[in-house]
Amino acid sequence: MKRDAMSQASNAVLEVHGLSKRFTMHLRGALELPVLDQVSLDVSAGECIALAGPSGRGKSTLLKCLYGSYGIDSGRVWLHGDDGTIDLASASAQDVLSLRRRAVSYVSQFLRVVPRVSALDVVAQRILEADPAVLDDEAYAQAFEQARAAARALLARLNLPSTLWDLPPATFSGGEQQRVNIARGFVVPSRLLLLDEPTASLDLVNRDVVVSLIHEAKANGTAVIGIFHDPAVRDAVATRTIPFE
Amino acid sequence: MNARQDNGCAGPAEGYNFAYLDERTKRMIRRALLKAVAIPGHQVPFGSREMPLAYGWGTGGIQVTAAIIGADDTLKVIDQGSDDTTNAVNIRQFFARTTGIATTTRTRDATVIQTRHRIPETPLADYQILVYQVPQPEPLYKLEARRAETLKLHAAEDYALMNVKLYEDIAHWNHVETTYDYPVRVDGRYVMSPSPIPSFDNPKMHRMPALQLFGAGREKRLYAIPPYTDVVSLDFEDHPFRVESQGHACTLCGSRESYLDEVIDERGVRIWTCSDSDWCDDRRSVAGTTT
Amino acid sequence: MSPQPLLTVDGLTHRFAGARDGRPAVGDASLALYPAEVVAIVGESGSGKSTLLNCIAGRIAPGHGDIRYRDADDRWLDVRTLSERERRTLSRTEWGFVEQNAVDGLRMGVSAGANIGERLMGQGQRHYGRLREQAYDWMNRVELDTDRIDDLPHGFSGGMRQRLQIARNLVTQPRLVLMDEPTSGLDVSVQARLLDLIRTLVSRMHLSALIVTHDLGVARLLAHRTLVMREGRIVEQGLTDRVLDDPQHAYTQLLVSSVVMP
Repeated sequence: MKRDAMSQASNAVLEVHGLSKRFTMHLRGALELPVLDQVSLDVSAGECIALAGPSGRGKSTLLKCLYGSYGIDSGRVWLHGDDGTIDLASASAQDVLSLRRRAVSYVSQFLRVVPRVSALDVVAQRILEADPAVLDDEAYAQAFEQARAAARALLARLNLPSTLWDLPPATFSGGEQQRVNIARGFVVPSRLLLLDEPTASLDLVNRDVVVSLIHEAKANGTAVIGIFHDPAVRDAVATRTIPFE
Repeated sequence: MNARQDNGCAGPAEGYNFAYLDERTKRMIRRALLKAVAIPGHQVPFGSREMPLAYGWGTGGIQVTAAIIGADDTLKVIDQGSDDTTNAVNIRQFFARTTGIATTTRTRDATVIQTRHRIPETPLADYQILVYQVPQPEPLYKLEARRAETLKLHAAEDYALMNVKLYEDIAHWNHVETTYDYPVRVDGRYVMSPSPIPSFDNPKMHRMPALQLFGAGREKRLYAIPPYTDVVSLDFEDHPFRVESQGHACTLCGSRESYLDEVIDERGVRIWTCSDSDWCDDRRSVAGTTT
Repeated sequence: MSPQPLLTVDGLTHRFAGARDGRPAVGDASLALYPAEVVAIVGESGSGKSTLLNCIAGRIAPGHGDIRYRDADDRWLDVRTLSERERRTLSRTEWGFVEQNAVDGLRMGVSAGANIGERLMGQGQRHYGRLREQAYDWMNRVELDTDRIDDLPHGFSGGMRQRLQIARNLVTQPRLVLMDEPTSGLDVSVQARLLDLIRTLVSRMHLSALIVTHDLGVARLLAHRTLVMREGRIVEQGLTDRVLDDPQHAYTQLLVSSVVMP
């Protein structure tokens, strides 16, 4: 659980200093579960860091802390960008929401399903949400069509059968849901990309597609932090590996 | 020709104060009327008294008339345009008995005209006062029965509801179905119920030289339109207020501009006649056809 | 990076006269609502969430506290000292309120088209044809059959009535919409459809919304941020996924663990 500070790259996108997180279970008499203790790391643009180690060591927790789904108890998490630097550990909800639109993407292990929204729109809406402009009906319809086109391209690349595109993903298989999730995470280029087991339910063909997507993101300057259970994938994409013992 | 009934100006019959109401009540009503005139179209509550006839028979109009009538006034009372109906006759006799003043059926000769459900066809002048009998003073009543709420709507000039009513009419009937008691906007501010006069009569209220007073006895409210005030019937830009021509002429006098009643004559035939009996008589006497 | 909030509430406290133990219905509640943001107020019965909403809407005059709203002209208004007339105008233009029971938020005696057009008529729109066009347009947006534009809401199902209520409120493009349990009492599939509609419209129109609900799933689906109330107090607030996935307060943890997943 303890990690040492890594070397500081000059174009660091993310610098984590001494991040700690514990869970306090009030329903169990305030039982405390320390999960992350003084974690430090940094990632540069175009780099991919793999978090490796047995499950239950806090790897997923770290990703959730970076995304804001989990609270951070102490430490600093500097996210650098053209518009300045922000400490994710103490960022306001508004700032985090703003970052999630574009700057930070997260592909979780499980797709949280919104009822009635088609797989295509789950992905397309990410593009629309990235742009906060208020659009009139015509402009909106146009923007939606363009977003759907981009979504189709990506879903096709991930070999999701087109017969599924107009269906809500609630009834999809694990692998199908995961591909929708991946498409949603990759469809908008971001500054920081967090991947939690992105290939877990995928066959070899689609695993390779994901690997190419990660390569492209890196080439685009995205900083990637990922958890890859598959050593082949890890070896293919990771610039550095950080062990979580 | 002149149906003037003259009691000899003897004053009220024994035991009655002039015009039945006591002086303090008259003063109270006059104060309310002054307020009403100062705020055209705005409903002013007043202490409506017990009158010797039931609600629904014009107690409001009677109290207004009683408050303003003077010894040298001449009174005309009409009911749906006619001086001869039971209601008109009773009210006219009531005032004759309690004031001793002159009464008439001729619009031109009257200084005070009390009316139910019509405006006289003869244009009124600035020496005249028209008193309307009003059953329900609140134009929004059918859509919003809560008085407290309508007070707020009037105060806030929030008349969306009134337009909703008109919208509904057009949606269902393709035109505004309201053929009487058609709501109007007075002096560009208050929306008012003109009482159940036919919408045919609405244009007469606009910039009328006479003072128009409205009394609702059961609801205990009165309101007023000062002379020469703008009175506009509510409508939509693309469905403007229009008076529909009835498409008939009066069988008796040939008038095509007056409001006609459809009646069945002694032979059982449907004929159209002027609702305003004085107007009809006048035209016929001019034409030399009075019997 | 930080825009100005649309609404701020500071130290709001309200006691109902005759409350048994003198406990305030809402105690010292503070929150801020930002443009184009949805905040859910969750809690169980008696938590004070509806009272808080009604105070914000100006329907209840709270005992203490500050409620300020930034209007379309960028002026800060003190909701508590608004005149009745100002409050009524705001509530027909920049604000919307979706009632839990559609009957309370609709005019049951007039047609669907009139229900939608009323706010526009209140704003002075006097062209029948255009009013009707907008009513059609909105019926389409809320997925109501436009053939029923002249029908009375009596014949509409609960879900349809709620959608009509939403159209009635949104037709004037309000900046702030308050909703009190908008989906409670509806069948599950009807709820899903309604939530989808709310989600879509709110996002499309960049509305700010405050949604009171006892259903954590509604919060998860609709809200960017969530406030948890218990016995009149806000015990936790934050990003919805953070509050539901990593609850800090004991009560929030209890709430989250009590939800039955299908």
